Amino acid sequence: MDKVFKALADPTRRRLLDALRARNGQTLGKLCARLDMTRQAVTQHLGRLEDANLVTTVRRGREKLHYLNPVPIHEIFDRWIEKFERQRLDALRDLKKRVEGEHHG
Amino acid sequence: MDKPQFVYVTYIAASPEEVWNALLEPETTAKYWQHVNVSDWKPGSRWEHRRAGRQNELKLVGKVIDSSPPGRLVLTWASPADEAHEGKHTRVTFEIEPVGDVVRLTVTHDRLEAGSEMLRRIAAGWPKVLSSLKSLLETGRALPELW
Repeated sequence: MDKVFKALADPTRRRLLDALRARNGQTLGKLCARLDMTRQAVTQHLGRLEDANLVTTVRRGREKLHYLNPVPIHEIFDRWIEKFERQRLDALRDLKKRVEGEHHG
Repeated sequence: MDKPQFVYVTYIAASPEEVWNALLEPETTAKYWQHVNVSDWKPGSRWEHRRAGRQNELKLVGKVIDSSPPGRLVLTWASPADEAHEGKHTRVTFEIEPVGDVVRLTVTHDRLEAGSEMLRRIAAGWPKVLSSLKSLLETGRALPELW
């Protein structure tokens, strides 16, 4: 779980996860272009995300595709959020989104 | 262009056989998934995904494509309304591999339609199901009811 928090603590890595959420299964090349970063930097960040099991890869021919794996984030959620709290939290989240607009938070 | 695909991975402190059985045994899936998977699990056979308990509502249907215990299970996955439309069937591959003392369970869900209700539901569902499965096998306790 430490690895998950450390991996998520970096804004560039969160942007990489956002990029995969928007489009799952991207190659390193696509991710570099999308984030306007060097191959070396993206490779390093992806390595940390893979170590934390937040990104998983699948080989397809010569390509390596990267997928967002949200399961560890769900494990964190499950550790501290009880069933009876979930609906109230959903309601609060919806309220926050309505008040602030979708682009914040 | 390729259809959307999701790949989910969880590491579970259990044996491959325990994970395999936990995907198929109704008593176990009822605990962590609140659903049961019903089939004879032979390639070509039909399988059903039903709500566990009295009402036993049919939620999903499909065919068993490959069943190689305890390493690999491939199923087609469709809403009952789409059973006759094979073009609408999605596909789920479970891969169970030992990694050191633990097992890596990979669930790949592909042949999904962009923007479909099925895509929305499975993207919300798999992380919950896999997290609950891990919890049950490692601690003996599943998560509170997921649905």
